[in-house]
Amino acid sequence: MKAKKVFARAYIWLLLVVLYAPIVFIAVFSFTEAKSLGNWTGFSMQLYRNLFGGAMQNSSALVSAVQNTLLIALAASVVATLLGTLAAIGIFNMKGKKRQTMTFLNNIPMINPDIITGVSLFLLFVFLHISQGYLTVILAHITFCTPYVVLNVLPKLSQMNPNVYEAALDLGATPAQALRKVLFPALRPGMISGFILSFTMSLDDFAVTFFTRGTIGLDTLSTYIYADARKGGLTPELKPLMTILFLLVLVVLLVINMRQSKNNEKE
Amino acid sequence: MPKNPIIQIEHLSKSFGDKQVLSDINLYVRKGEFITLLGPSGCGKTTLLRMLGGFTAPDSGRILLEGKDISDVPPYRRPLNTVFQRYALFPHLDVYDNVAFGLKLQKVPEADIEKRVKKVLKLVSMSDYEDRDVNSLSGGQQQRVAIARALINQPRVLLLDEPLAALDLKMRKDMQIELKEMHRKLGITFIYVTHDQEEALTLSDTIVVMNEGKIQQIGTPIDIYNEPVNAFVADFIGDSNILNGKMFRDRRVAFIKHEFDCVDEGFGENVSVDVVVRPEDIYFTNDPAKCQFTAKVNSCTFKGVHYEMWVDTDTGYELMIQDYDPYPVGSEVMLYIDPDDIQVMKKERRFNAFPARVTGEGRVMFLDTEFECNTEGFAVDEAVTATVRFEKVDLLDHEEEADLTGNVVFILYKGDHYHLTVKTETGENIWVDTNDIWDKGDFVGIKILPADIKLVKAESGDE
Repeated sequence: MKAKKVFARAYIWLLLVVLYAPIVFIAVFSFTEAKSLGNWTGFSMQLYRNLFGGAMQNSSALVSAVQNTLLIALAASVVATLLGTLAAIGIFNMKGKKRQTMTFLNNIPMINPDIITGVSLFLLFVFLHISQGYLTVILAHITFCTPYVVLNVLPKLSQMNPNVYEAALDLGATPAQALRKVLFPALRPGMISGFILSFTMSLDDFAVTFFTRGTIGLDTLSTYIYADARKGGLTPELKPLMTILFLLVLVVLLVINMRQSKNNEKE
Repeated sequence: MPKNPIIQIEHLSKSFGDKQVLSDINLYVRKGEFITLLGPSGCGKTTLLRMLGGFTAPDSGRILLEGKDISDVPPYRRPLNTVFQRYALFPHLDVYDNVAFGLKLQKVPEADIEKRVKKVLKLVSMSDYEDRDVNSLSGGQQQRVAIARALINQPRVLLLDEPLAALDLKMRKDMQIELKEMHRKLGITFIYVTHDQEEALTLSDTIVVMNEGKIQQIGTPIDIYNEPVNAFVADFIGDSNILNGKMFRDRRVAFIKHEFDCVDEGFGENVSVDVVVRPEDIYFTNDPAKCQFTAKVNSCTFKGVHYEMWVDTDTGYELMIQDYDPYPVGSEVMLYIDPDDIQVMKKERRFNAFPARVTGEGRVMFLDTEFECNTEGFAVDEAVTATVRFEKVDLLDHEEEADLTGNVVFILYKGDHYHLTVKTETGENIWVDTNDIWDKGDFVGIKILPADIKLVKAESGDE
């Protein structure tokens, strides 16, 4: 009996180690100066100083990659949240077969391999003669983010009292006012989680961005790191950057979890 | 019709897919009255209310508000407000902001809003709840907020869609009294939808009984209860004994194989009718001179205020009687009915009559099914009417051997047999007399023997 318990404990710890070791590894080695990974030359904040002080080589390219990433993620997730919410309302008001079909069609892009999404969008933009750059990357990110918003908003719609929208019209709100003052607030939790999900999906996307960014030299963090790693090893200053990003995402996740448990308590 | 009805509904019809939910509804509502749309679920009452609110568009017909056609006016421009079935409060707003919602849209000054919100919350006895989160309120409290939210816009007409259906019995009774009081105080026209006949009788000035998308009867609660126009209304409102009868002449009717004096006239002589006797209107007597028929008590159940007894009459009919005094099971009793308490109704039909077409020698097509029968005297392809007596339709509990299938949609006990309405797969009704017990919703096979189908010339419909 006891052995079984020990084994179960050990298994879960092993699993956690395998999952988190690479991240911890990078985080630990971001606090030393050694150029090659795995070489510990004593604790130092030098890499962090380099990263923020601009003393690393090619630092302006990195800064612009970070800027691009954030800008694209913000634009794509804002538009995807709006589009996805409206689409969810539309799908929710369909009946039977039609609704099933639309939900199914909405799910396909999510399981579709990124590489296929990327290549097919690339071909589409070429076919339409749209010169590739910022715009195409943002458009591409909107296409793969929107289904996630739809998926997050739909359950909120089914939880909602079906008469709430009509009640707003009944009290004198135009359809646009009812959408803004009643539907959006009621769907807000779903919209926010859809937005955050879109934002993170956009942040870490590589394949789609790679195929739709064109040849103007537009880099996001993922394409920058990829190019950097191929050019003779990872620039050491990227280690602290990744550590910071990881911590940021961790904080966001904690915030979401806390919000959710607060919401559950309320209900 | 009164001089200036506040609402007039003219020839309103609506179908969802191939299901007709409202057919040719005509109705007017007097200013200030409490009118109730009453009927079983699926009768079209909620659809009718939604059309008044503007949430569902009619296929044809129109709705006039104070003489002006509002059929095409969107809900947010109609001076009507709705109290929805499950409250439909805005979950992200507190009580005050829910109630103030309509006024804020109209850009009423904040000081005015506050005054009016306070006033209307007082009206629904929710004065101290302004800052409460609506999700923390009980069902009854939420309903009060919903009513306040609808009333604050000072609507010309208040629409209420089964507002009390989700409350428990005690709460419902209290709210009924309060609603009635509110209606009296405000003088606003109330249009109320419910499937609860007792609620309708308690609250209404006028009741509109609906079934299968048609208005069955419009009248005061007393009219509807005492003088139902057909078996459906009699069965739906209160308890009743509904029996086949024959009108011999004016003021003389036979049923349960006895003759009675009654007060109804104008049916003609020897005409088949339906007779309704309320269970509280059959009296026990010890006086042989008063006794009209005898019966044996079959069961006796205490119901709180009265006892409910089932008796078997000397002629083999079962009747329900309600009385304050119990009579022991098995005892022989003498009974009589006052002429006033016998309600005679025109029979809607005496047999099934279907439009049919002769498809060949000895074959006829009706209800989308081909039947064998005697077609002598009719040409092939001729349009005819096929008639079948109620008791000649056989219901089977399986599909094999059946000519067609359907569902039991309505059951009427007529003292010695059941009168069923069966809806076929194609949506047509067949009426069946049977001694077998079926339940509402049962899936049945329908069989008609060739000898029981009589053809007559189309449109004449006589046997």
